[in-house]
Amino acid sequence: MRQTDSFDFAGNVSRALADRQLRRNLRAAMDTLIEKRNSVFADPQETEELRERGAAIKRRALSRLPALLAQLERNLTANGIRVHWAETTDEANQAVLDIMRSHDATRLVKGKSMVSEEMHLNPFLQRHGIESMETDLGEFIIQLDNEPPSHIIVPAIHKNRDQVARTFHEKIPEAPYTEDVEELTAIARRTLRRKFFAAQVGLSGVNFAVAETGTLCLVENEGNGRMCTTVPPVHIAVMGLEKVIEKLEDIPPLLRLLTGSATGQLVTTYFNMISGPRKPGEKDGPLEVHLIILDNGRTRILADPVMRETLLCVRCGTCLNHCPVYTRLGGHAYGFVYPGPIGEILTPQMEGLARAGVLATASSLCNACEEVCPVKIPIPRLLRRLRRDLAAAAETADPLERLAWKGWALMNRVPLINALAVRAGALLGDRLPAMGSLKAWSVVRTPPRPASRSLHELVRREKGVENE
Amino acid sequence: MNDPLRYETVYFFGTCLIDAFYPQAGLAAIRLLQRHGLKVVFPQRQTCCGQPAYNSGFFDEARAVALRQVRSFPKDYPVVVPSGSCAGMMKYHYPELFAGRPELDSVRNFSGRVVEFSRFLAELPGLRLQDRGAALKVTWHSSCHALREMKVIGYAKSLIRRLDNVELVELQRESECCGFGGTFAVKQPQISAAMVTDKVDDILDTGAAVVLGIDCGCLMNIAGAMEKRRLPVSCMHLAQFIWERTHETN
Ligand code: SF4
Repeated sequence: MRQTDSFDFAGNVSRALADRQLRRNLRAAMDTLIEKRNSVFADPQETEELRERGAAIKRRALSRLPALLAQLERNLTANGIRVHWAETTDEANQAVLDIMRSHDATRLVKGKSMVSEEMHLNPFLQRHGIESMETDLGEFIIQLDNEPPSHIIVPAIHKNRDQVARTFHEKIPEAPYTEDVEELTAIARRTLRRKFFAAQVGLSGVNFAVAETGTLCLVENEGNGRMCTTVPPVHIAVMGLEKVIEKLEDIPPLLRLLTGSATGQLVTTYFNMISGPRKPGEKDGPLEVHLIILDNGRTRILADPVMRETLLCVRCGTCLNHCPVYTRLGGHAYGFVYPGPIGEILTPQMEGLARAGVLATASSLCNACEEVCPVKIPIPRLLRRLRRDLAAAAETADPLERLAWKGWALMNRVPLINALAVRAGALLGDRLPAMGSLKAWSVVRTPPRPASRSLHELVRREKGVENE
Repeated sequence: MNDPLRYETVYFFGTCLIDAFYPQAGLAAIRLLQRHGLKVVFPQRQTCCGQPAYNSGFFDEARAVALRQVRSFPKDYPVVVPSGSCAGMMKYHYPELFAGRPELDSVRNFSGRVVEFSRFLAELPGLRLQDRGAALKVTWHSSCHALREMKVIGYAKSLIRRLDNVELVELQRESECCGFGGTFAVKQPQISAAMVTDKVDDILDTGAAVVLGIDCGCLMNIAGAMEKRRLPVSCMHLAQFIWERTHETN
């Protein structure tokens, strides 16, 4: 289920659907997350107003993105934070490596960061002889099993307690077998403490970067983020360039939306606002702070007036939790870093239609995601646009499908042809051969049976109806 | 347009699925409107709302078919549509599809007149539904676009509750998609199958004899899955259900 060049989505789907344990774990976890979200967004009108505000703030930021990024760089620099620009993930990885090498550093602790997943930073650092240790509990668990995250907020959501217990016992030296959550947490904590103190560099993501003040904001619950950003002598933050917002006062509504949507919390245990390295006379904090700003296709997405709304995303993950497809597949089936509805719109744009366009078809367009997205991204609309692009691009277009739709259009544009086609369907009844679409349909369903007379015909004989 | 309820004459858009597969549902909806004293006009040149092509990314084809509908319903009557999905397409997506095009004004005029059937019926002043059927337990399927675009589920259920002998038992996951999604069902057949299988299990848990809905795509999906498993539960469009239980047989 790791990312490969030939992305076999159908194969991934079969495997995921066959894994009953996975489906049970996911369903239970998603139910809990949805319930928690509902508890903090109980008032529909208030929630709607808040979402409007959140969307407006992010839209405003996107509309002035280049200027805000320039302002952010100026203010970060003034605060003593060094800014690095990376157009590609390779450049971003190299920037991390260069900073580490300049300190002869070989040990890194990491807070949760989806951008670092996008960079495939862990394997990269490993190849260069650097130990990169995940410190978020969920990330810690999946790193032991050498798995990618299956959810953008709760990376080990596909595992249940028994599975975690087994992993700990097998992978952590001297860890006894226990299914007790507190004991398991204590084992992780003991292991991680040692790593925090030995690390020369700490790496984190960024939830919001405030242009006006040059502040990096980090939302978390475990305190590992604060450890990563304060204990080691060097802190490296990585972010996608869409994370910049204009003002400090933009934070409260966005933060409320993010924590409410992500974990159903009014506030998280930690909210870190990082405004620079340790100043003379201060007793703690890193001596150096770096920020790597990653593009990786984002400016291209920004240039498209419709698709740019993808960049409003605050990575709350609630669209995954509410998605009937994600709930049945889990994140790994999506083949790339971002799963669920956000992955369906973002991945094809990042990785290209030929490689990942199939993800845009993995939605019934039920609109559940759009209904809950805290920044009101019109995900179904963007999926339709991607489907249009798939149908139009030479590398992905299916000429037979195009022909079929042309025929369909003719049949539905010309009433006479329509009447004939419906008639023909009625005459054939259920004697149509089970091929293609009908075959796919009929695996778990009986084929639809055309009525012997269409509504058009029945209405003509119906008393009192005026036929025009 | 002004309040659609003020009109004495209404257009009826039957939808392509009802036309070919469930014409009795369309006829029942028309009869319910007529019984309430409305004059119903059925333009014979109507076909499909265009959603299948639109959702598959074939916008030009969808537009051509959409225009056929817009031109078939020119007068200032409400256009009553017995489907949340088709109504949502015609009301909210047509204007988007024609943005910046010369037809936009006439499209907007048309879209503004689109009303979903169950809401239209439920809001008719003085509507009387006398239940003549035997005691029956039913459940209700909320189709996604009736729920999230047209937002008419409350109206539809209020109609069921007006039938004295009918007990409505709700699904546990009423707001979850049944896996139809138009071409989704055939483009992602495995995922769609998993979704409809769960939906059927949810239905079985209610012990209901009939599943009601207002979108024939979903009903076709759910009914097909139940029939494949040879389950003794039937699916019916709400209009047909109401008509069959309330009309006088002599
Ligand atoms: S698309 Fe919306 S709901 Fe999904 S992760 Fe992004 S912000 Fe959250």
